[in-house]
Amino acid sequence: MYDAGKIIVGLIIGIGLLLFPFYYNAGKAAKAPEPQLTPKAKEAKVCVAETSYMKTSHMHLLERWRQEVVRGGERYYTASNGKVYYKSVEETCLDCHSNKSKFCDQCHDYMRISPYCWDCHIAPKETK
Amino acid sequence: MDIDRRKFLKIAGLSAVMGIGGKAAFELLAPKELEASLREVPLTQGKKWGMVVNMAKMDDEIMKRCMEACNRVHNIPNFGDPRVEIKWIWEETYEHSFPGQEHEYIGEKYLGRNFLLMCNHCTDPPCCRVCPTGATWKREDGIVMMDWHRCIGCRFCMAGCPYGSRSFNWGDPRKAPKELNPDFPTNRDYPTRSKGVVEKCTFCDERIARGQIPACVEAANEIREGALVFGDLDDPDSDIRKVLRAHYSIRRKPELGTGPNVYYII
Repeated sequence: MYDAGKIIVGLIIGIGLLLFPFYYNAGKAAKAPEPQLTPKAKEAKVCVAETSYMKTSHMHLLERWRQEVVRGGERYYTASNGKVYYKSVEETCLDCHSNKSKFCDQCHDYMRISPYCWDCHIAPKETK
Repeated sequence: MDIDRRKFLKIAGLSAVMGIGGKAAFELLAPKELEASLREVPLTQGKKWGMVVNMAKMDDEIMKRCMEACNRVHNIPNFGDPRVEIKWIWEETYEHSFPGQEHEYIGEKYLGRNFLLMCNHCTDPPCCRVCPTGATWKREDGIVMMDWHRCIGCRFCMAGCPYGSRSFNWGDPRKAPKELNPDFPTNRDYPTRSKGVVEKCTFCDERIARGQIPACVEAANEIREGALVFGDLDDPDSDIRKVLRAHYSIRRKPELGTGPNVYYII
């Protein structure tokens, strides 16, 4: 091998650069944020579905609501406990969860997803 | 394994019979379930919403109030530029509203007077025919509805609509000039639209769903009862049918065959 020294040194530097981010960030993993409840949400105790379901599948529920409301004209949702909710992001979801930045955004940011809901749907005004 | 012609035809024939039989059996056995699945999306059944604009009772002040009410309820921005204007309900002169029905001897009562225009919620809407994504469609209750989630902004519907009822969002409505829209969005319970989406009057479907009449009708009735009449054209006893029976009315461009459902008493 010609120029073995240069190649090996180059390789070491190259691999070192490649691994630098891992080394640099080791042990500094961002903690998963915990969604915070507003007093109103805490008081309500139950959401439109089980908390575990809402945690993993709220997007599917919202998509189904969207389909049913816009395309089907069906605007009322009966929860498993018999309670009837008006299917609306603004008027139902955000009525309790009026803290969008602490309830929605921090998790979405953590997961690096940016739902385009807010291009049209209006987030509640938050007092900081 | 080799299949000769005879064997192949046997199998093919048998499969066809089984196939047809299978479907029929399904329909026979489970008619209720099939029906139920079709009815999964309930609509206001057997209705045909329509509107009467009674120009005998209408004046510029009422028209202005109607337009303001609509803009406020639906977060319609004012860009201050007619080229990018968003309009759900607007006013236009007689000769522009009813082209072909004007002549030089028509009186001042009509010529030059403004008429209140909106989406006609046509019986056979050309906008729905041309929409490539199904983002606009005719609901069973007669409303020509829009799904802004699904609109790709191709503007075929705007080309298809002979009434100019559809507007395109050339820019983000939230970026409309602040001085013209000081308190935008005016209704925080209703979404704004996004750039690249077409919009129009929906006969206030969100209000109808809660048993309220459209915002423009409400605003008009506050000043003068009967200037705008909204109701079910399918119901012979409805107010709108009574008004239409009692007065002669015209529609915009009926010769096009779109079947407009907004009537004008002039």
